[in-house]
Amino acid sequence: MDAKLLTWIFIGASFALYIAIAILSRAGSTKEFYVAGGGVPPIANGMATAADWMSAASFISMAGIIAFGGYDASVYLMGWTGGYVLLALLLAPYLRKFGQFTVPDFIGARYYSKTARVVAVICLIVISFTYIAGQMRGVGVVFSRFLEMPIEWGVVTGMAVVFVYAVFGGMKGITYTQVAQYCVLIFAYLVPAIFISMMITGNPVPQLGLGGTDASGVYILQKLDATLVDLGFSEFTAGVKSKADVFAITLALMVGTAGLPHVIVRFFTVPKVSDARKSAGYALVFIALLYTTAPAVGAFARLNFIETVNGADYKTAPQWVKTWEGIGLIAWLDKNGDGKMQYAAGAPFEGKPQFTGEAGSSGERLISNAPTENVNEVDVDRDIMVLANPEIAALPGWVAALVAAGGVAAALSTAAGLLLVISAAVSHDLLKKTFRPQISERGELLAARLAAAAAILVAGWLGINPPGFVAQVVALAFGLAAASLFPAILMGIFFKGMNREGAIAGMLAGLVFTLLYIVWFKSGWFGASDVAAQWLFGISPEGIGAVGMLVNFAVAVSVARFTARTPDEVREMVEMIRTPKGAGAAQGH
Amino acid sequence: MDGEAETKAQESAAGAYWRENVKLLGALLAVWFAVSFGAGILFVDTLNAITLGGFKLGFWFAQQGSIYVFVILIFVYSARMKALERRLGLSDD
Repeated sequence: MDAKLLTWIFIGASFALYIAIAILSRAGSTKEFYVAGGGVPPIANGMATAADWMSAASFISMAGIIAFGGYDASVYLMGWTGGYVLLALLLAPYLRKFGQFTVPDFIGARYYSKTARVVAVICLIVISFTYIAGQMRGVGVVFSRFLEMPIEWGVVTGMAVVFVYAVFGGMKGITYTQVAQYCVLIFAYLVPAIFISMMITGNPVPQLGLGGTDASGVYILQKLDATLVDLGFSEFTAGVKSKADVFAITLALMVGTAGLPHVIVRFFTVPKVSDARKSAGYALVFIALLYTTAPAVGAFARLNFIETVNGADYKTAPQWVKTWEGIGLIAWLDKNGDGKMQYAAGAPFEGKPQFTGEAGSSGERLISNAPTENVNEVDVDRDIMVLANPEIAALPGWVAALVAAGGVAAALSTAAGLLLVISAAVSHDLLKKTFRPQISERGELLAARLAAAAAILVAGWLGINPPGFVAQVVALAFGLAAASLFPAILMGIFFKGMNREGAIAGMLAGLVFTLLYIVWFKSGWFGASDVAAQWLFGISPEGIGAVGMLVNFAVAVSVARFTARTPDEVREMVEMIRTPKGAGAAQGH
Repeated sequence: MDGEAETKAQESAAGAYWRENVKLLGALLAVWFAVSFGAGILFVDTLNAITLGGFKLGFWFAQQGSIYVFVILIFVYSARMKALERRLGLSDD
């Protein structure tokens, strides 16, 4: 069957499944809309959390980032998993015991202040919108690559599907669709990975295959190191980033993960405190399945790519090279006119490939970019490492269709989770708890649905018109979560003496510091260049959230020292959330 | 036991629970730090001198080992806390 038709069938069937689940699990109350009624079993919540967490970036881009970054990409692997240890040990059980609906709920009550709640809402909205723009874009990208339709239409299709199940189903609806989406995405990720591991190492377990040998008995990683060094790259298993920067980025990503509202709120949906801990463990198992496979996929794909492309005659190169060249993710500039593709370190030409629309002497797509001095002739987009894997490994057509459905599932599940926390922050924190306390249950539920619908429109608009600056700053969401929400929640639980004034000052200081630092280096508005020599302590904007967190702690503790003592009833509340007993009674205020 | 004594006993159980919890957190977070920031970043070069099959050990910790340890840490915490809660009569079952 035609590959495109297969892809349509797979994506269409998965959409039908998600919508059917959403209709079956419609939310009828605000409690169901915000926290799925608080009755989600820990394993199901673990799967939903994993799907919520793993976005288009994890699914499509991470293996490619590892393929081209080698050891340096470890920051993502450790950072995006280590955060769950912090979440399970330091935050989730206590927030579940507290037992309300949103992250600003906790901050507002713990710091006895509407101002603190509103500051938390601002942090939450900035973080979530930064994150969601990329997700809607991800849906569009998958559609355009597999179905050759414009990115805009892909984004609109994704918006429509999320609209149906997030607006009607609320948290209850998205929880069970996320369980289904996890199954789709992990299956889609593991099938090609297992085939490729078999093909290259003879070991069906990619995690072991990565440490194994190829047919000639040479260790894969040694071979990759040697191959890369020959071509002028640095070793795969050694990095080029400074230790201080790797440390800071990993810390910022870990703490940021633990502070992301759409992840935290998933732990409000389980029945008990002990379930919150267990559920975080399951979530990490499900995430680790993909995250420990990604390094193998990355290394195999890089090796495979070099062996297939480097020195190959273009005319006889495998079909996938031409397919991806057709979409513009591979470009070849025959600098020495020998008809062979030479691959080496360095950019082959200036800037992104500009195709002229004409064919060269070997039949390649000609580009108008100015060539560079080095010998490299091949430009490759790192995203193809996952997307092209099924073709590189010559797998049947249905595997590529499955990967497309998996990529869409990863993007949609994360987008839906983000939309939900945005809508809850508006209808619950801003309306019900701050500006319109007299609103009825039905009115609040309607407001939540309207807020979700409005958020989808904004997210879709951001997906179609991605602000160049935000698209560059993947780190922004993590840095801001690390510098604002995480310290406020942590001190709220572990430090009774932290008061309203300290927490608000800390959140604002962390937020402003981190935001300014990232904008300073990433926007280009101030003429600062984003190079290591200019960075504070050699820490890149990606890692600055770690410093922002320290700023938050320092400001909060200093301000708290010189301002009024935390009231006794708040101290009692902290005592209450520290013990697990009676979580059932505490929920649903 | 009269009401007041019962409240006192509950409070001291809660105090003991919190102290044990913080101690356990300290130990587990030390392991968390050691496998990721320690083995995977600060001492990665030293550990890379050792190989484990085709893996350099430091590289393995950074891209595989630390993740496995993270999973184990959460389940250890979950089980130890459950046992502690049963012992002190603070279980949420």
